[in-house]
Amino acid sequence: MLSHATSCPVQAPVEHRFSPYTDNGGTTLAIAGDDFCVIAGDTRQSEGYNINTRYAPKVFQLSNGAVLATGGMYADAVTLMKRLEQRLEWYRHQHEKEMSCGALAQMLSTILYHKRFFPYYVWNTLGGLDEEGHGAVYSYDPVGNYEKHKWNCSGSAGHLIQPFLDNQIGFKHQLANATSLTIPQVLKITKDAFTSATERDIYTGDYLELFVVTKEGITKEKFELKKD
Amino acid sequence: MDYFPGNWGNPRTGGETYGPVSHKAMPANHATPTTRTQQPIVTGTSVLGIKYKDGVMLAADTLASYGSLARFRDVERLIKAGDSTVVGASGDISDFQHISHMLEKILIKEYNTEDGHKLYARHIHEYLSRVMYNRRSNFNPLWNSLIVAGVRDRDGGKFLGFVDLQGTTYEASTVATGYGSYIAQPLLRKAVEGREDTLTEEEAIKILDDCMRVLYYRDARSLNKIQRATVNASGVTITEPYELESEWAFAEGIRGYGATE
Repeated sequence: MLSHATSCPVQAPVEHRFSPYTDNGGTTLAIAGDDFCVIAGDTRQSEGYNINTRYAPKVFQLSNGAVLATGGMYADAVTLMKRLEQRLEWYRHQHEKEMSCGALAQMLSTILYHKRFFPYYVWNTLGGLDEEGHGAVYSYDPVGNYEKHKWNCSGSAGHLIQPFLDNQIGFKHQLANATSLTIPQVLKITKDAFTSATERDIYTGDYLELFVVTKEGITKEKFELKKD
Repeated sequence: MDYFPGNWGNPRTGGETYGPVSHKAMPANHATPTTRTQQPIVTGTSVLGIKYKDGVMLAADTLASYGSLARFRDVERLIKAGDSTVVGASGDISDFQHISHMLEKILIKEYNTEDGHKLYARHIHEYLSRVMYNRRSNFNPLWNSLIVAGVRDRDGGKFLGFVDLQGTTYEASTVATGYGSYIAQPLLRKAVEGREDTLTEEEAIKILDDCMRVLYYRDARSLNKIQRATVNASGVTITEPYELESEWAFAEGIRGYGATE
Protein backbone atom coordinates (compact mmCIF):
# COMPACT_ATOMS: atom_id res chain seq x y z
CA MET A 1 0.00 0.00 0.00
CA LEU A 2 1.47 3.32 -1.04
CA SER A 3 1.48 6.04 1.54
CA HIS A 4 -0.95 8.78 0.58
CA ALA A 5 -1.22 10.43 3.95
CA THR A 6 2.03 12.32 3.40
CA SER A 7 0.92 14.21 0.30
CA CYS A 8 -2.63 14.83 1.44
CA PRO A 9 -3.50 17.32 4.16
CA VAL A 10 -6.78 15.80 5.14
CA GLN A 11 -6.68 12.92 7.57
CA ALA A 12 -9.83 10.86 7.58
CA PRO A 13 -11.35 11.53 10.98
CA VAL A 14 -12.15 7.94 11.81
CA GLU A 15 -11.43 5.43 9.08
CA HIS A 16 -8.17 5.19 7.18
CA ARG A 17 -8.66 2.27 4.87
CA PHE A 18 -11.94 0.99 3.51
CA SER A 19 -13.14 -2.32 4.86
CA PRO A 20 -15.99 -3.98 2.95
CA TYR A 21 -16.95 -6.02 6.01
CA THR A 22 -18.77 -5.28 9.23
CA ASP A 23 -20.18 -7.50 11.97
CA ASN A 24 -23.77 -6.82 12.93
CA GLY A 25 -23.89 -9.46 15.68
CA GLY A 26 -26.96 -11.48 16.60
CA THR A 27 -27.65 -15.08 17.53
CA THR A 28 -29.61 -17.78 15.72
CA LEU A 29 -30.68 -21.27 16.63
CA ALA A 30 -32.39 -24.25 15.02
CA ILE A 31 -33.66 -27.48 16.54
CA ALA A 32 -35.00 -30.48 14.64
CA GLY A 33 -37.80 -32.53 16.18
CA ASP A 34 -39.27 -35.82 15.00
CA ASP A 35 -41.80 -34.13 12.71
CA PHE A 36 -41.08 -30.43 13.18
CA CYS A 37 -38.31 -27.88 13.19
CA VAL A 38 -37.90 -24.73 15.26
CA ILE A 39 -35.75 -21.89 13.90
CA ALA A 40 -35.20 -18.76 15.97
CA GLY A 41 -33.11 -15.62 16.04
CA ASP A 42 -32.99 -12.33 17.91
CA THR A 43 -33.77 -9.12 16.02
CA ARG A 44 -31.15 -6.71 17.34
CA GLN A 45 -28.78 -5.20 14.78
CA SER A 46 -25.53 -3.86 16.23
CA GLU A 47 -22.36 -2.22 14.97
CA GLY A 48 -19.56 -1.88 17.52
CA TYR A 49 -21.10 -0.59 20.72
CA ASN A 50 -24.09 0.89 18.86
CA ILE A 51 -27.50 -0.67 18.50
CA ASN A 52 -28.61 0.24 14.97
CA THR A 53 -32.17 -0.97 15.43
CA ARG A 54 -34.16 -3.20 17.75
CA TYR A 55 -36.02 -4.91 14.93
CA ALA A 56 -34.11 -6.10 11.86
CA PRO A 57 -35.28 -9.69 11.25
CA LYS A 58 -32.47 -12.03 10.21
CA VAL A 59 -34.51 -15.24 10.11
CA PHE A 60 -36.20 -15.57 6.75
CA GLN A 61 -39.04 -17.80 5.65
CA LEU A 62 -38.18 -19.13 2.19
CA SER A 63 -40.73 -19.80 -0.53
CA ASN A 64 -40.01 -23.55 -0.58
CA GLY A 65 -41.07 -24.00 3.04
CA ALA A 66 -37.62 -23.91 4.61
CA VAL A 67 -36.40 -21.22 7.00
CA LEU A 68 -32.97 -19.60 6.84
CA ALA A 69 -31.39 -18.00 9.88
CA THR A 70 -28.46 -15.68 9.20
CA GLY A 71 -25.85 -13.96 11.36
CA GLY A 72 -22.75 -11.87 10.79
CA MET A 73 -22.86 -9.08 8.19
CA TYR A 74 -26.47 -8.04 7.59
CA ALA A 75 -25.88 -6.51 4.12
CA ASP A 76 -24.30 -9.77 2.90
CA ALA A 77 -27.15 -11.78 4.46
CA VAL A 78 -29.78 -9.70 2.64
CA THR A 79 -27.92 -10.11 -0.64
CA LEU A 80 -27.57 -13.87 -0.12
CA MET A 81 -31.32 -14.10 0.63
CA LYS A 82 -32.19 -12.31 -2.61
CA ARG A 83 -30.01 -14.75 -4.57
CA LEU A 84 -31.55 -17.78 -2.84
CA GLU A 85 -35.11 -16.56 -3.50
CA GLN A 86 -34.21 -15.94 -7.15
CA ARG A 87 -32.81 -19.48 -7.51
CA LEU A 88 -35.89 -20.98 -5.80
CA GLU A 89 -38.10 -19.17 -8.30
CA TRP A 90 -36.04 -20.39 -11.29
CA TYR A 91 -36.25 -23.94 -9.89
CA ARG A 92 -40.06 -23.66 -9.70
CA HIS A 93 -40.31 -22.50 -13.31
CA GLN A 94 -37.95 -25.23 -14.55
CA HIS A 95 -39.22 -28.20 -12.56
CA GLU A 96 -42.82 -27.26 -11.62
CA LYS A 97 -42.22 -28.19 -7.99
CA GLU A 98 -40.59 -26.72 -4.91
CA MET A 99 -36.92 -27.35 -4.21
CA SER A 100 -36.42 -29.90 -1.43
CA CYS A 101 -34.73 -28.92 1.80
CA GLY A 102 -31.72 -31.16 1.08
CA ALA A 103 -31.27 -29.72 -2.41
CA LEU A 104 -31.46 -26.21 -1.05
CA ALA A 105 -28.87 -27.11 1.59
CA GLN A 106 -26.40 -28.27 -1.09
CA MET A 107 -27.16 -25.25 -3.30
CA LEU A 108 -26.49 -22.83 -0.44
CA SER A 109 -23.11 -24.47 0.15
CA THR A 110 -22.26 -24.12 -3.55
CA ILE A 111 -23.33 -20.46 -3.65
CA LEU A 112 -21.20 -19.69 -0.61
CA TYR A 113 -18.18 -21.55 -1.99
CA HIS A 114 -18.41 -19.69 -5.32
CA LYS A 115 -17.52 -16.61 -3.32
CA ARG A 116 -14.64 -18.39 -1.55
CA PHE A 117 -12.19 -15.54 -2.18
CA PHE A 118 -14.57 -12.67 -1.32
CA PRO A 119 -16.94 -14.50 1.01
CA TYR A 120 -20.39 -13.57 2.21
CA TYR A 121 -19.57 -12.87 5.86
CA VAL A 122 -22.60 -14.82 7.06
CA TRP A 123 -23.13 -17.79 9.36
CA ASN A 124 -26.19 -19.61 8.05
CA THR A 125 -28.45 -22.11 9.73
CA LEU A 126 -31.08 -23.73 7.53
CA GLY A 127 -34.09 -25.44 9.07
CA GLY A 128 -36.96 -27.38 7.54
CA LEU A 129 -38.33 -30.84 6.97
CA ASP A 130 -36.55 -33.54 4.97
CA GLU A 131 -38.26 -35.76 2.37
CA GLU A 132 -39.46 -38.17 5.10
CA GLY A 133 -41.02 -35.30 7.04
CA HIS A 134 -38.47 -35.32 9.85
CA GLY A 135 -36.98 -32.10 11.17
CA ALA A 136 -33.67 -31.15 9.51
CA VAL A 137 -31.06 -28.58 10.50
CA TYR A 138 -28.02 -27.61 8.41
CA SER A 139 -25.36 -25.20 9.60
CA TYR A 140 -22.72 -23.40 7.50
CA ASP A 141 -19.58 -21.36 7.80
CA PRO A 142 -19.08 -18.32 5.52
CA VAL A 143 -17.30 -20.33 2.78
CA GLY A 144 -19.82 -23.15 2.52
CA ASN A 145 -18.68 -25.93 4.86
CA TYR A 146 -21.90 -27.50 6.01
CA GLU A 147 -23.15 -30.28 8.18
CA LYS A 148 -26.54 -31.75 9.07
CA HIS A 149 -27.45 -31.66 12.76
CA LYS A 150 -30.31 -32.23 15.17
CA TRP A 151 -29.68 -28.86 16.81
CA ASN A 152 -27.38 -25.91 16.27
CA CYS A 153 -26.79 -22.43 17.63
CA SER A 154 -24.48 -19.90 15.99
CA GLY A 155 -23.70 -16.20 16.09
CA SER A 156 -22.52 -13.89 18.83
CA ALA A 157 -24.01 -15.95 21.69
CA GLY A 158 -23.53 -19.31 19.96
CA HIS A 159 -20.82 -20.32 22.40
CA LEU A 160 -23.15 -19.58 25.31
CA ILE A 161 -26.19 -21.50 24.03
CA GLN A 162 -24.71 -24.50 22.15
CA PRO A 163 -23.53 -26.41 25.26
CA PHE A 164 -26.91 -25.76 26.86
CA LEU A 165 -28.63 -27.30 23.84
CA ASP A 166 -26.22 -30.27 23.88
CA ASN A 167 -27.48 -30.97 27.37
CA GLN A 168 -31.18 -30.07 27.08
CA ILE A 169 -31.90 -31.19 23.49
CA GLY A 170 -29.24 -33.88 22.98
CA PHE A 171 -29.41 -35.08 26.61
CA LYS A 172 -25.61 -35.16 26.76
CA HIS A 173 -24.41 -36.28 30.22
CA GLN A 174 -27.99 -37.32 31.05
CA LEU A 175 -28.68 -39.98 28.44
CA ALA A 176 -30.94 -41.86 30.87
CA ASN A 177 -33.49 -39.04 30.48
CA ALA A 178 -33.42 -39.02 26.66
CA THR A 179 -36.87 -38.66 25.08
CA SER A 180 -38.13 -37.03 21.91
CA LEU A 181 -39.25 -33.48 22.59
CA THR A 182 -42.54 -31.79 21.70
CA ILE A 183 -42.94 -28.36 20.08
CA PRO A 184 -43.94 -26.58 23.35
CA GLN A 185 -40.93 -28.10 25.14
CA VAL A 186 -38.54 -26.95 22.40
CA LEU A 187 -40.06 -23.44 22.32
CA LYS A 188 -39.66 -23.18 26.10
CA ILE A 189 -36.00 -24.22 25.96
CA THR A 190 -35.36 -21.81 23.09
CA LYS A 191 -36.90 -18.84 24.91
CA ASP A 192 -34.98 -19.65 28.12
CA ALA A 193 -31.74 -19.97 26.15
CA PHE A 194 -32.20 -16.56 24.56
CA THR A 195 -33.29 -14.77 27.75
CA SER A 196 -30.12 -16.05 29.44
CA ALA A 197 -27.86 -15.22 26.47
CA THR A 198 -29.31 -11.68 26.46
CA GLU A 199 -28.00 -11.20 29.99
CA ARG A 200 -24.39 -11.87 28.98
CA ASP A 201 -24.08 -11.01 25.28
CA ILE A 202 -24.47 -7.33 24.35
CA TYR A 203 -25.17 -8.22 20.71
CA THR A 204 -28.24 -10.31 21.55
CA GLY A 205 -31.55 -8.84 22.71
CA ASP A 206 -34.67 -6.75 21.96
CA TYR A 207 -36.93 -9.42 20.39
CA LEU A 208 -36.80 -13.13 19.58
CA GLU A 209 -38.48 -14.35 16.44
CA LEU A 210 -39.41 -18.04 16.36
CA PHE A 211 -40.51 -20.07 13.35
CA VAL A 212 -42.07 -23.53 13.69
CA VAL A 213 -42.07 -25.70 10.58
CA THR A 214 -44.49 -28.65 10.45
CA LYS A 215 -46.09 -30.48 7.54
CA GLU A 216 -49.16 -28.26 8.09
CA GLY A 217 -47.08 -25.15 7.39
CA ILE A 218 -45.03 -22.49 9.12
CA THR A 219 -46.03 -20.39 12.14
CA LYS A 220 -44.20 -17.34 13.43
CA GLU A 221 -44.03 -16.03 16.98
CA LYS A 222 -42.44 -12.90 18.47
CA PHE A 223 -41.08 -12.96 22.01
CA GLU A 224 -39.78 -10.00 24.05
CA LEU A 225 -36.17 -9.94 25.18
CA LYS A 226 -34.51 -7.30 27.34
CA LYS A 227 -33.74 -4.04 25.54
CA ASP A 228 -30.75 -2.83 27.59
CA MET B 1 -0.09 20.65 -0.08
CA ASP B 2 -0.59 19.08 -3.47
CA TYR B 3 -3.90 20.19 -4.92
CA PHE B 4 -3.91 17.72 -7.81
CA PRO B 5 -5.98 14.65 -6.94
CA GLY B 6 -4.13 12.72 -9.66
CA ASN B 7 -0.97 12.94 -7.58
CA TRP B 8 -2.62 11.80 -4.36
CA GLY B 9 -1.66 8.35 -3.32
CA ASN B 10 1.42 8.30 -5.61
CA PRO B 11 5.00 8.31 -4.39
CA ARG B 12 6.49 11.79 -4.35
CA THR B 13 8.74 12.58 -7.30
CA GLY B 14 12.14 14.19 -6.82
CA GLY B 15 12.81 12.02 -3.83
CA GLU B 16 12.81 14.88 -1.32
CA THR B 17 11.47 12.59 1.39
CA TYR B 18 12.17 9.01 0.46
CA GLY B 19 14.95 9.23 -2.10
CA PRO B 20 14.48 8.52 -5.83
CA VAL B 21 11.39 6.54 -6.80
CA SER B 22 12.05 3.16 -8.34
CA HIS B 23 10.11 3.14 -11.59
CA LYS B 24 10.30 -0.61 -11.71
CA ALA B 25 7.71 -0.70 -8.98
CA MET B 26 5.58 2.00 -10.59
CA PRO B 27 6.36 3.00 -14.22
CA ALA B 28 6.77 6.75 -14.71
CA ASN B 29 4.33 7.19 -17.61
CA HIS B 30 1.80 4.49 -16.87
CA ALA B 31 -1.85 5.21 -17.54
CA THR B 32 -3.69 7.45 -15.10
CA PRO B 33 -4.41 5.39 -11.99
CA THR B 34 -8.01 4.44 -11.35
CA THR B 35 -9.36 6.89 -8.81
CA ARG B 36 -11.55 5.63 -6.03
CA THR B 37 -12.87 7.16 -2.86
CA GLN B 38 -10.27 5.83 -0.43
CA GLN B 39 -11.15 8.42 2.16
CA PRO B 40 -13.72 11.17 2.40
CA ILE B 41 -12.40 14.69 1.55
CA VAL B 42 -15.10 17.32 1.97
CA THR B 43 -17.40 15.93 4.63
CA GLY B 44 -20.72 16.57 6.30
CA THR B 45 -21.32 15.48 9.88
CA SER B 46 -24.38 13.94 11.62
CA VAL B 47 -27.91 13.64 10.26
CA LEU B 48 -30.74 12.90 12.70
CA GLY B 49 -34.17 11.47 11.97
CA ILE B 50 -37.29 10.64 13.98
CA LYS B 51 -40.84 9.44 13.45
CA TYR B 52 -43.67 11.49 14.96
CA LYS B 53 -47.47 11.54 14.91
CA ASP B 54 -48.02 12.81 11.37
CA GLY B 55 -44.86 11.57 9.65
CA VAL B 56 -41.09 11.77 9.78
CA MET B 57 -38.59 14.56 10.37
CA LEU B 58 -34.86 14.92 9.62
CA ALA B 59 -32.28 17.46 10.73
CA ALA B 60 -28.76 18.26 9.57
CA ASP B 61 -26.42 21.22 9.72
CA THR B 62 -25.15 23.02 6.62
CA LEU B 63 -21.41 22.66 7.16
CA ALA B 64 -19.10 20.91 4.71
CA SER B 65 -15.70 20.42 6.36
CA TYR B 66 -12.31 19.94 4.67
CA GLY B 67 -10.58 17.93 7.35
CA SER B 68 -10.73 20.17 10.39
CA LEU B 69 -11.31 23.29 8.29
CA ALA B 70 -14.91 24.57 8.24
CA ARG B 71 -14.69 24.97 4.44
CA PHE B 72 -18.26 25.53 3.14
CA ARG B 73 -20.87 26.85 5.55
CA ASP B 74 -24.00 26.74 3.41
CA VAL B 75 -24.17 23.27 1.89
CA GLU B 76 -27.61 21.66 1.94
CA ARG B 77 -27.39 18.01 2.94
CA LEU B 78 -31.12 17.26 2.97
CA ILE B 79 -32.63 16.74 -0.47
CA LYS B 80 -36.10 16.02 -1.74
CA ALA B 81 -36.39 12.83 -3.81
CA GLY B 82 -39.78 12.57 -5.50
CA ASP B 83 -43.05 13.72 -3.95
CA SER B 84 -42.82 11.94 -0.62
CA THR B 85 -39.19 11.26 0.28
CA VAL B 86 -36.22 13.12 1.70
CA VAL B 87 -32.65 11.86 1.75
CA GLY B 88 -30.09 13.19 4.24
CA ALA B 89 -26.39 12.50 3.89
CA SER B 90 -23.29 12.60 6.01
CA GLY B 91 -19.83 11.73 4.77
CA ASP B 92 -18.27 12.76 1.47
CA ILE B 93 -20.17 15.66 -0.13
CA SER B 94 -19.07 14.98 -3.70
CA ASP B 95 -20.22 11.36 -3.42
CA PHE B 96 -23.56 12.68 -2.16
CA GLN B 97 -23.85 15.04 -5.12
CA HIS B 98 -23.27 12.00 -7.36
CA ILE B 99 -26.03 10.15 -5.48
CA SER B 100 -28.36 13.15 -5.95
CA HIS B 101 -27.80 12.94 -9.69
CA MET B 102 -28.52 9.20 -9.73
CA LEU B 103 -31.74 9.74 -7.79
CA GLU B 104 -32.79 12.54 -10.14
CA LYS B 105 -32.16 10.20 -13.07
CA ILE B 106 -34.28 7.31 -11.80
CA LEU B 107 -37.07 9.66 -10.69
CA ILE B 108 -37.27 11.23 -14.16
CA LYS B 109 -37.21 7.78 -15.76
CA GLU B 110 -40.05 6.61 -13.51
CA TYR B 111 -42.06 9.77 -14.22
CA ASN B 112 -41.66 9.43 -17.99
CA THR B 113 -42.82 5.82 -17.90
CA GLU B 114 -46.35 7.09 -17.06
CA ASP B 115 -47.48 3.73 -15.70
CA GLY B 116 -49.18 5.07 -12.58
CA HIS B 117 -46.34 3.96 -10.34
CA LYS B 118 -44.36 6.29 -8.12
CA LEU B 119 -41.15 5.86 -6.18
CA TYR B 120 -41.88 6.03 -2.46
CA ALA B 121 -39.42 6.13 0.43
CA ARG B 122 -39.02 2.37 0.68
CA HIS B 123 -38.20 2.14 -3.03
CA ILE B 124 -35.63 4.94 -2.83
CA HIS B 125 -34.13 3.18 0.22
CA GLU B 126 -33.96 -0.17 -1.57
CA TYR B 127 -32.38 1.45 -4.64
CA LEU B 128 -29.76 3.27 -2.58
CA SER B 129 -28.96 0.13 -0.57
CA ARG B 130 -28.26 -1.85 -3.75
CA VAL B 131 -26.12 0.95 -5.21
CA MET B 132 -24.13 1.28 -1.97
CA TYR B 133 -23.68 -2.50 -1.61
CA ASN B 134 -22.63 -2.85 -5.24
CA ARG B 135 -20.06 -0.08 -4.93
CA ARG B 136 -18.59 -1.61 -1.74
CA SER B 137 -18.39 -5.00 -3.48
CA ASN B 138 -16.27 -3.40 -6.21
CA PHE B 139 -14.04 -1.80 -3.56
CA ASN B 140 -15.15 1.59 -4.84
CA PRO B 141 -17.49 2.84 -2.13
CA LEU B 142 -19.63 5.94 -2.01
CA TRP B 143 -18.36 7.28 1.32
CA ASN B 144 -21.68 8.21 2.93
CA SER B 145 -24.18 7.33 5.58
CA LEU B 146 -27.62 8.09 4.21
CA ILE B 147 -30.95 8.49 5.94
CA VAL B 148 -34.10 8.00 3.89
CA ALA B 149 -37.37 9.34 5.29
CA GLY B 150 -40.87 9.69 3.93
CA VAL B 151 -44.09 7.93 3.06
CA ARG B 152 -43.43 4.17 3.03
CA ASP B 153 -45.39 3.24 -0.10
CA ARG B 154 -48.65 3.97 -1.94
CA ASP B 155 -50.65 2.60 1.02
CA GLY B 156 -49.15 5.33 3.20
CA GLY B 157 -47.28 4.76 6.46
CA LYS B 158 -44.08 6.24 7.80
CA PHE B 159 -40.63 5.20 6.63
CA LEU B 160 -37.34 6.00 8.31
CA GLY B 161 -34.35 4.01 7.08
CA PHE B 162 -30.56 4.01 6.96
CA VAL B 163 -27.92 2.94 4.41
CA ASP B 164 -24.15 3.23 4.66
CA LEU B 165 -21.01 2.74 2.56
CA GLN B 166 -20.92 -1.00 3.33
CA GLY B 167 -24.51 -1.51 2.28
CA THR B 168 -25.73 -1.98 5.85
CA THR B 169 -29.43 -1.17 6.07
CA TYR B 170 -32.00 -0.83 8.81
CA GLU B 171 -35.22 0.89 9.76
CA ALA B 172 -36.00 2.37 13.16
CA SER B 173 -38.14 5.05 14.79
CA THR B 174 -34.99 7.08 15.51
CA VAL B 175 -31.85 7.13 13.38
CA ALA B 176 -28.61 9.07 13.55
CA THR B 177 -25.34 9.07 11.63
CA GLY B 178 -21.77 9.87 12.66
CA TYR B 179 -21.26 11.48 16.07
CA GLY B 180 -25.04 11.73 16.27
CA SER B 181 -25.19 7.96 16.77
CA TYR B 182 -23.14 8.33 19.98
CA ILE B 183 -24.39 11.68 21.28
CA ALA B 184 -27.92 12.17 19.94
CA GLN B 185 -29.25 8.63 19.50
CA PRO B 186 -29.66 7.93 23.25
CA LEU B 187 -31.51 11.24 23.67
CA LEU B 188 -33.70 10.55 20.65
CA ARG B 189 -34.57 7.02 21.85
CA LYS B 190 -35.53 8.36 25.28
CA ALA B 191 -37.76 11.01 23.72
CA VAL B 192 -39.32 9.01 20.88
CA GLU B 193 -39.48 5.22 21.50
CA GLY B 194 -43.07 4.26 22.26
CA ARG B 195 -44.35 7.73 21.34
CA GLU B 196 -44.01 7.53 17.54
CA ASP B 197 -47.78 7.95 17.07
CA THR B 198 -48.40 10.62 19.73
CA LEU B 199 -45.56 13.14 19.41
CA THR B 200 -46.82 16.40 17.91
CA GLU B 201 -44.96 18.32 15.23
CA GLU B 202 -43.96 21.00 17.79
CA GLU B 203 -42.55 18.34 20.14
CA ALA B 204 -40.68 16.69 17.28
CA ILE B 205 -39.14 20.02 16.26
CA LYS B 206 -38.02 20.68 19.84
CA ILE B 207 -36.46 17.20 20.19
CA LEU B 208 -34.44 17.62 16.99
CA ASP B 209 -33.40 21.22 17.72
CA ASP B 210 -32.26 20.22 21.23
CA CYS B 211 -30.25 17.27 19.90
CA MET B 212 -28.67 19.39 17.16
CA ARG B 213 -27.71 21.92 19.83
CA VAL B 214 -26.04 19.22 21.96
CA LEU B 215 -24.16 18.08 18.86
CA TYR B 216 -23.08 21.65 18.16
CA TYR B 217 -21.65 21.87 21.68
CA ARG B 218 -19.66 18.62 21.43
CA ASP B 219 -19.03 17.82 17.74
CA ALA B 220 -16.16 20.00 16.55
CA ARG B 221 -17.16 19.41 12.89
CA SER B 222 -20.66 20.81 13.33
CA LEU B 223 -22.37 24.16 12.90
CA ASN B 224 -25.33 25.86 14.58
CA LYS B 225 -26.86 26.60 11.19
CA ILE B 226 -29.26 23.76 10.49
CA GLN B 227 -32.13 22.64 8.28
CA ARG B 228 -35.10 20.43 9.04
CA ALA B 229 -37.04 18.31 6.59
CA THR B 230 -40.57 17.14 7.31
CA VAL B 231 -42.64 14.60 5.38
CA ASN B 232 -46.33 14.36 6.30
CA ALA B 233 -49.76 14.40 4.67
CA SER B 234 -49.07 17.84 3.19
CA GLY B 235 -45.94 16.57 1.43
CA VAL B 236 -42.26 17.40 1.77
CA THR B 237 -41.08 20.60 3.48
CA ILE B 238 -37.43 21.50 3.89
CA THR B 239 -36.84 24.61 5.98
CA GLU B 240 -34.46 27.35 4.96
CA PRO B 241 -31.24 27.18 7.01
CA TYR B 242 -31.79 28.73 10.43
CA GLU B 243 -29.60 29.38 13.43
CA LEU B 244 -29.78 27.57 16.78
CA GLU B 245 -29.40 29.64 19.92
CA SER B 246 -26.42 28.54 21.99
CA GLU B 247 -24.90 29.69 25.27
CA TRP B 248 -21.12 29.67 25.76
CA ALA B 249 -20.78 31.91 28.83
CA PHE B 250 -20.28 28.84 31.05
CA ALA B 251 -17.02 28.14 29.20
CA GLU B 252 -15.41 31.08 31.00
CA GLY B 253 -15.50 29.04 34.18
CA ILE B 254 -14.00 25.87 32.69
CA ARG B 255 -10.27 25.25 32.90
CA GLY B 256 -8.86 24.87 29.42
CA TYR B 257 -11.44 27.24 27.90
CA GLY B 258 -11.32 30.50 29.87
CA ALA B 259 -10.62 29.93 33.54
CA THR B 260 -7.05 30.52 34.57
CA GLU B 261 -7.12 28.35 37.70
